[in-house]
Amino acid sequence: MTETRNDSPLDLPVLTRKDFVSDQEVRWCPGCGDYSILAQTQKVMPDFGYPKENIVFISGIGCSGRLPYYMNTYGFHTIHGRAPAIATGLKAARPDLMVWVITGDGDALSIGGNHLIHSLRRNVDLRIIMFNNRIYGLTKGQASPTSEFGKVTKSSPFGTIDYPISPLAIALAAEASFIARSVDTHTEHLQGTLEAAGKHRGSAFVEVLQNCNIFNDGAHREFTDREVRDDRTLSLQHGKPMIFGKDRNRGIRLNGHQPEIVTIGEDRISEADLLLHDETDPLIAFMLAHIYWPEFPVPVGVIRRISRPTHDELITNQIEQAIATRGRGDLRRLLAGGETWTVE
Amino acid sequence: MTVQERPTEQRTLERVTIRFAGDSGDGMQLTGTQFTRTAAVFGNDISTYPDFPAEIRAPAGSLPGVSGFQLSFSSTEIHTPGDEPDVLVAMNPAALKSNIGDLPAGGALVVNEDAFTPTNLNKVGYTTNPLTDGSLGAYNLFSIPVSTLNARALEGLELTNKQVDLTKNFFALGLMFWLYERRMDGTLAWIDDKFSKRPVIAEGNKRALKAGYAFGETTEIFHERYIVPPARLRPGVYRNITGNEATALGFVAASQLAERPLFYGSYPITPASDILHQLAGYKNFGVKTFQAEDEIAAIGAAIGASYGGALGMTGTSGPGVALKSEALGLAVMVELPLVLIDVQRAGPSTGMPTKTEQADLLQVLFGRNSDSPLPVVAPATPGECFRYAIEAWRLALKYMTPVVFMSDAFLANGAEPWPIPDFDTLESIAVPNRTEKAGFYPYLRDPDTLARPWAVPGTPGLEHRIGGLEKADILGNVSYDPDNHHRMQVLRQAKIAGIANDIPPLEVYGADRGELLILGWGSTYGAIRSAVERMRGRGLAVSHAHLRHMNPFPANTGDVLGAFRRVLIPELNLGQLLMLIRSRYLVDAVGYNRVRGKPFRIVEIETEADRILAELKAGVR
Repeated sequence: MTETRNDSPLDLPVLTRKDFVSDQEVRWCPGCGDYSILAQTQKVMPDFGYPKENIVFISGIGCSGRLPYYMNTYGFHTIHGRAPAIATGLKAARPDLMVWVITGDGDALSIGGNHLIHSLRRNVDLRIIMFNNRIYGLTKGQASPTSEFGKVTKSSPFGTIDYPISPLAIALAAEASFIARSVDTHTEHLQGTLEAAGKHRGSAFVEVLQNCNIFNDGAHREFTDREVRDDRTLSLQHGKPMIFGKDRNRGIRLNGHQPEIVTIGEDRISEADLLLHDETDPLIAFMLAHIYWPEFPVPVGVIRRISRPTHDELITNQIEQAIATRGRGDLRRLLAGGETWTVE
Repeated sequence: MTVQERPTEQRTLERVTIRFAGDSGDGMQLTGTQFTRTAAVFGNDISTYPDFPAEIRAPAGSLPGVSGFQLSFSSTEIHTPGDEPDVLVAMNPAALKSNIGDLPAGGALVVNEDAFTPTNLNKVGYTTNPLTDGSLGAYNLFSIPVSTLNARALEGLELTNKQVDLTKNFFALGLMFWLYERRMDGTLAWIDDKFSKRPVIAEGNKRALKAGYAFGETTEIFHERYIVPPARLRPGVYRNITGNEATALGFVAASQLAERPLFYGSYPITPASDILHQLAGYKNFGVKTFQAEDEIAAIGAAIGASYGGALGMTGTSGPGVALKSEALGLAVMVELPLVLIDVQRAGPSTGMPTKTEQADLLQVLFGRNSDSPLPVVAPATPGECFRYAIEAWRLALKYMTPVVFMSDAFLANGAEPWPIPDFDTLESIAVPNRTEKAGFYPYLRDPDTLARPWAVPGTPGLEHRIGGLEKADILGNVSYDPDNHHRMQVLRQAKIAGIANDIPPLEVYGADRGELLILGWGSTYGAIRSAVERMRGRGLAVSHAHLRHMNPFPANTGDVLGAFRRVLIPELNLGQLLMLIRSRYLVDAVGYNRVRGKPFRIVEIETEADRILAELKAGVR
């Protein structure tokens, strides 16, 4: 927590997770991955040093959209896909607030795809948490933009014919300044990722791989289950080699410009041969956004983190510039602007 | 053209209407605007009607590429840009062909004969040259080689032939300045300012203007010059203003009167874009403008800004309103203040983007899912846009509701002299944020206005959640209770209906009872008022009432309508206000409906009203 983020007085009472739990009964299906995401979100909230009245959760439509009702902060459950647009206006009007956007794969990538892209390219100071369960849950089980090709769902009884979108690749194409991925059940990793997103200044896009135990049970099980997760996910750390595996002996190396999996100790390969993760390198980010199970371990953690001016800073700067050069606006003079004449 | 030997005479006229018409690249809008400014500063009452194609540069010389600017200036008070021009300036055959039908017999026709080449004539289907084949015998024709004379005046300047040709509109303007005895200094200063970085271009335009003036003076082809004396307007300081300018200024004023910053989210759309352009220049007033990725994001961001305590606003035209409808419904549901500007244009769909119409009334009233009431205001003149911008925010803030502000292409681009209001006399519209923790509930309403409290993020102890899901009365938690939903729907309806007691009563021009009342709304004001003035001048029992609040209607509306034998409702749509009035008040009103993309002419309304009076007299119906 840097001091610039904290507008609260120094004697702010220390908040705990409980302070962020609202009095509303949580109504997701028992066993839903959303419970864990909610719990980790509530847990990390005190770490940012914002008084809770300065935190706002804005959501769209879908199961994820209910999350603001369960946070004891300000909250706005809006309409399908539009949460980033509404959050953009709020943040422009109120740079002092910490604004979170809660969305899902259908909300963010289908109906709201345009707003996601444009809020990211503008670097609006938002933390956008996208729950990706690869299905439409609230409407009871239709294919989503991240559903696998050929997936049989209620709306695709013969299998989908739409190729799935990579959320991270979209975020990257939109020049998001922070891109990360985590998993609902990897609670510690999720907490760390949400914390990193919360501390970023600018658009932070986090894909949370989330299970829908009713309509798409086991959505990510093949690489997220306890027994296999170490071998099938790649946990990224800035400046560190890309190592994975239970025995920490496998890694990613670049062969030309193609990534490949290698084993440390075999073929005279050592840690020094592995690719180092660099959160500022767009080529590494592009590669990480495109490798996935089963060809590769699924990258999790912070994929990209760069610094550029935020949308609200740029708005404020222009206004301050205009006032500095032209003086504060005088409405009386503005009304009488241009040519005038007097009728006696 | 015959050169007259006798000296030029002066004649005084009460009112003159000029139409400049040419290719859309010929600068006709600029020419019209400059004449308008000059007439306004001279003290005439003015009214203008710019009429231009959606194509930025349609093929040169073609009919679709014709751009026109009509202005009327007068020594008496006027309400419209004139039914028909007294003078038509046609810069090419296409402009002649598409406008000559509006010029009455005996009207003055000034043409650039250089543009009447076989190619240009052919482009618009003239088989013979109308300037020489006698077909224009009914008009007072002044055929002038404008291009040639203008090029001669600019000889010696380092300009390309094309650049020289682009100045010929100023030659025509100079000639009109001479004809109506106007001073050129305002326009000369404007040219110097506009082209300050390109002195050669400035010199070219100034020479063109002076050459046109000198041509009038020396050739004596016009044997009369005309004087239109200043009008006796109400005392005050005036400026010339278009509807879009007044709208933008009104919203900046509303922001100051509300003591809250203005946030304007918009997506470019004709004819509303100028409001975005203008507000984007007011950054030193703290105005934040946001060119959104689409219409939905524009209103979404505005809702977000209002949620944060700012004046969140969005502006568009009919197709954009359609896209914003779901978000507008959200604003109704969460009861946040918001203003949506609808600068209407001819539709449906893309329709005729630069042409006027007032056919979005039912869309803004009913174009959302479920019962979703909101107030609607509709200014009647360009200048009134200022006052109703403030009125829109007064209602939005006091009643915690989205409000629609309806303008149209004719109001947006038309201009009139505007008495500059004294800002210090404008009333505050400020409302406080809720900060008191004790007794706070998100949907606990003010007993008088039924408004819910405005508790903005950042207020300690008032953390709460709002959203599009139905909420429990008072508490504001999500509720599916059937009786609660019924109660909330009725409350939302009652809140808006109650505004009827907080707006001025409907006023009647003329007697408040009689044979015929003409009821209008929006930009048809000028034509209706002029028609009624003329008919009352003929001793007929006709009155005029004009609605500015379209929802709710003023409380006395039913009484006003009931005092007349017949109610006529002219509209630039197929009967939308008519339907509302008939269903609400059970009045057997009749419509006069035209959707030609053009404002009403006075004579159309007058003729229809005469017809109805004759029917009443004969006892028909």
